[in-house]
Formats: sequence, C-alpha cells, structure tokens
Amino acid sequence: MQESLFAPGHRACAGCGMPIAIKLVLDAAGPNTIVASPTGCLEVTSTPFPESSWKVPWIHSLFENPASVASGIEIALKKFGRTDINLLVIAGDGSTFDIGIGSISGMFDRGHNITYICYDNEAYMNTGGQRSGSTPFYASTTTTPIGTQSPGNLVRKKDMPAIAVAHGAPYVATASIAYPVDLRRKVKRSLEIKGPAYIQINAPCITGWSYAEGDTIELAKLVVETCICPLYEYVNGELVGVKKVRNKRPVEDYLKTQGRYKHLFHVEGGEEYIANIQAIADRNAEKFGLLD
Amino acid sequence: MMRVAEGSYAIADAVRCCSPDVVSVYPITPQTHIVEHLSQLVANGELDCEYINVDSEFSSLSSLIGASAAGARTYTSTTSQGLALMFEVLYNASGMRLPIVMTTVNRALSAPLSIWNDQQDTFGVRDSGWIQLYAENVQEVMDLTPQLYRISEDPDILTPSMACMDGYILTHVYEPVEFLDPGLVKEILPPFSPVNVLDPEDPKTFGAFADPSWFTEFRYLQYKAMERALDLIGKVDKEFEETFGRGYGGLIDTYQADDAEILLVSLGSIVGTIKDAVDVLRKEGIKVGLVKIRSYRPFPVEALKEALKDASVVAVIEKDVSVGYQSALLTDIKGALYNTSIRVPIVGFAVGLGGRDVAMKQIRKIVENASKVKDEGLELETEFEIFGVNPECL
Repeated sequence: MQESLFAPGHRACAGCGMPIAIKLVLDAAGPNTIVASPTGCLEVTSTPFPESSWKVPWIHSLFENPASVASGIEIALKKFGRTDINLLVIAGDGSTFDIGIGSISGMFDRGHNITYICYDNEAYMNTGGQRSGSTPFYASTTTTPIGTQSPGNLVRKKDMPAIAVAHGAPYVATASIAYPVDLRRKVKRSLEIKGPAYIQINAPCITGWSYAEGDTIELAKLVVETCICPLYEYVNGELVGVKKVRNKRPVEDYLKTQGRYKHLFHVEGGEEYIANIQAIADRNAEKFGLLD
Repeated sequence: MMRVAEGSYAIADAVRCCSPDVVSVYPITPQTHIVEHLSQLVANGELDCEYINVDSEFSSLSSLIGASAAGARTYTSTTSQGLALMFEVLYNASGMRLPIVMTTVNRALSAPLSIWNDQQDTFGVRDSGWIQLYAENVQEVMDLTPQLYRISEDPDILTPSMACMDGYILTHVYEPVEFLDPGLVKEILPPFSPVNVLDPEDPKTFGAFADPSWFTEFRYLQYKAMERALDLIGKVDKEFEETFGRGYGGLIDTYQADDAEILLVSLGSIVGTIKDAVDVLRKEGIKVGLVKIRSYRPFPVEALKEALKDASVVAVIEKDVSVGYQSALLTDIKGALYNTSIRVPIVGFAVGLGGRDVAMKQIRKIVENASKVKDEGLELETEFEIFGVNPECL
C-alpha cells in the first residue's frame, strides 16, 4: 500500500470524518495532483505555518474562492502544456453550499477540468457548529439552537449535487467515508472524465454532531442505510449508478446516536419531526431506486 | 510608432507586449474597452495567452492567485465597485507575495451610483500591500505596464502592483501615443521565473495560516519589500528611458517647481490641467509650481521632503475624501513632513468627485486660496476643503 499523501500530525479531532475522506481522495488521485482548499477545518488543521500535512502541492487563498483559484491554476497549466496534472478542490460545505457558490458556478459554467470535492459535515464546524446551507432539518446547531420556540434547523438541506448537474457538470456523485472502495472509484472516474466534476462526501463531525468518537464510520454507514444520504453518480446529466441499500433502517437508528438530534426524542411534536425526516429518506429511496 | 489610439486600446496593446500567460477579467464601466480589446487581440491570435471571462471581479483576482502560484505571468483590470469587491483578494495576493499586475481604472464609489472618474477606489485600498502608480496620460500608463511587471516580479520585491488611470479621461480619450515594441519590452522585462510554484514534482504548501508567533514577521517582510520598491521604481524608470527614450522622473516628477513659492501636489490625469494652469499663472508673475506624485505606495517620503522643502505654501489637489478626516494624500503629506524641520503650511482640496470637471479656473481659485494662506497664515477651516460645492444643490 502506498504511503498516504496526507501526513499524520494534523490537528483534526480524534474521530473526525474529514481526514479519512482526504486520505481516500488522495489515495485515488495519486501524487500527480494539485489541491486548492478554502479556509475551514481542513486548512487550519493541516497547515499551521511552518508545518503542513500535504505531500502534494496545496494552496489556500480565501473562504469563498477555491473554485476560482483552481480555475486559474487550470488555465496556467494549460498554457504550460501540463494538462496531465490532476486538479482538485477539497472544500467543506460552508464554503461550497453558501459563500463560495458563485465561484463554483463560474467554474462549472466555464467547464474547467477540475474535480470539486466537498467534505460535507453539515454545518460551519470550524467556527463552532453554526448552520450552513447543508444543515439538515431539525439539526440543532449553535445558530439554530433548540428552545421553547424552536425545534432546531427549519430549512431543508440544499441539494448541491442537483445544482452541479443543472450546470451541465459531466460528472456528479455522492460518496461516504464508510464505503472507501466506492469513494476511491468515484474520484478516479471523475478524473478520467474531462470537464468539471462534483463529488460530495458525507463526513461526520464528532463535535458538531455530538457522538462517541469511535462511531464515525458506523454513523457514516447508517446515514446511507437509512437512505438519508443516497450514494449515486450522474454522468452527463444521467443517473448511471446508485449504491443499493439491502436493509433499509429506520431513521431513528441514525438520529438517536447524535446529540444534534437528541431533542427530537423528547420535545413535543418530536414524533412528527422524525416522521418528516423519515419521509425525506423514503423519497430518496424512491427517487434513486435505492431498494430495487 | 506614433499613432492615434483610444486609451483602452493602447493599454491592451501594452499588455500584449508584456506577454502575460493568463488574463482573467470581468467587465465594468469604464474599464470595459480594455477587456474587449484584449479579447479581440486573443481572438486575432495576436496575444498568445489563456484568457478567461470570469463570474466577478472577486473571481478574476482569485483565479490569478491560482495562476500566479502555478508560475504564470498574470493580468487583470478593474475599477471602482469591482476593486471594492476584490478587497479581500487584494490583501491575499500581496500577503502571498504574488506579482500580479492590474490596470486599475479610477472611478467613484457608490452611493450615489456614479460611473464617472474620481480616485476614491484606489485610495481606499492604499493599505492592501499593492504598489500603486498613478499616470498622467495614456502614454504613461502604457509605459508603466512593462515597468510594473519588472518591479513586481523582482525576486526582492514580489509584490503585486496597479497602474492607476483615470476613467473616461484616459480610458476613452483618443490621443497620439507611441506603441511599444515587444522586442524592446523583452530587453527590460525578463521572463517570469518564480522560485515557488505549484508543482507535483516539488510539492509545496501555499497559504498556510500563521499564528501570532509568525504573522508579524510576514507583514514585516512585506513592508521591507515595499521599501525596496522605492529604489527599484526609480531604477526601472531610468532603464525604460534608456531603452525607449521616455522617462518620468521616478517616484515623483516636478514642473516649474524650482523657485515656486506655491507648490501644488497632485496625481493622475488632472496633472495635465494643472501644468497648463501653472503656465498661465507664471505668465502673470505668480510663482507657482507642481509636484506630481507617481508612486503613492510606496510613498516617496524622501523625494517629497526634498521637493517641498523651500515652498511657502503647499496645496494638495486630489480626487478623494476620507469621510471623517480630510483626504488621503493630504494627510500622508502632512505626516511625511511633520518630523522634519520643514515648516510649511499645507492645505488640501478635494476636487473632481464623481467626475465633476476640473478646469483651469478651478486651479486658479485653488492657487488664490493657497496664496491667501501664504500671506495670512493657516486657519483650521482653510486646511481642507471639498472644493466647488454648489450651494444650489444642497
């Protein structure tokens, strides 16, 4: 097995899903790769000057611009005839779903040959767990706290992969750190297909989701087995593959192990909220044919 | 070759002569003609570069951060609101020591919305770590373009730079200009060969975060590089003059300043009008002269001390206001002279805001006001004035 291109010694929390995702992505991409990242957990845990965990060239500029930075790298490499180099953006969901979406839209629109990877932990975890456009229904975050007047987040999770598909991005996929073979295959496929690609990786956050640190992979598996997070891939706008779910689990199995959903099991109306989440999972199962 | 050309076309051609690898632009009035001409040069095969039309000014400068880090010579252009949208990226580019060159067209900042010229936009980013040179006419902006690449890309400088040119007054004017010869440009501008590039053969980390035990030193090194640029700007101006026969005096230039009692200090295209006014006033026996600021950042303190030391009164004329305290150039010049033995009253006039025309008669009035200060002394209320306010509009 090759040495990981993401070196140990980084400052990510024990049990964090993000570095697991990064290692798998870099395993698939290999050393002939350049990575651009925004400000966020990945940046602050991997590059405290003068140290770095990156064994591939890596650049961080700002929170909302890695897609633009990568666009510039791509055309510079084109000018120098170095189109053999894999070019990745690796960004969190705050940068991807919210503040950087204009830059991403531009990158998709112009058709740059870049694979954009979002490690999705469903909130602004680097700043203490505030709600992002990726935060799912009823999750308690530090800016959608539960209270007498609030059952947590009341906005649906933005469908970022659908936005990527709508841009005509030739490759769009979702993946999970609990399915490493599937994840690596998708990264490789994205790099084989010319043009912009978007891969969204579910990556549990131990502090923001509030669970026991040994449960990261178990949770990443449960979110798929409940059909809350369907794993699929689109090529040229067509759904070409889904990860089948053999034993569909009730969403309670996923929700009950996390502090961010704890209130759903004791507040008034909690059963209805859980039923709403179950309905989302059921719709996913039907829409993507996860159970066939 | 001398030809009549539109300012924007001339600038685009000067950029062509510098052989940028990557041009990334977003259109905004009155900068649009520059990007239109550049895209046409690319379409005609006359400029061999990667050219992209991006989704915002924020993205244009962001993409150049990536391109420059990958080893490319880079170019963009913007103005006003576009420059304001870049604010965050400006500091990032200079902090990462990426020698990006930008033609910054000067235009007022909203609100109220104005597409016309003043210099509020570039003065507003004076602390962003970019070299700022201001041009009097189209030829000077053209000539500055290769000079700025030479300065910015110098391994001892590695600091981005902007050539500031007044919107419409210079971008849309047709005047005779000497076009640059790409062969001669190569003589003064070596290829960009950065030491640190994004390269999988030699992986490096760019843009790491610095905790308090490192941050100050990063700023200190930027500050020292900007100080070194003071010398290099003059040196490159001389090199350019030796090669092309046109020199501009380096950091500052002077006009009828040697025996002047009243010294006007200004920058940008208004300098042309002021020179004409000086000629007329001199004929009337008024001892007035001009100091033209070319380099605003780095600020040429020593050159200014030398130029202003014998004046009886200094009048600063600029197209910006610091709402709350006077204006940028005025306070900088006062600051530069304070800890010296030079004791000259300094007054300031904010003119031409939002594109209001500044004609010779306004310059004459400013000289009259300055003359009164010379004779009667400085009062607090005469120190700074937003000049030419029309009471009927209030």
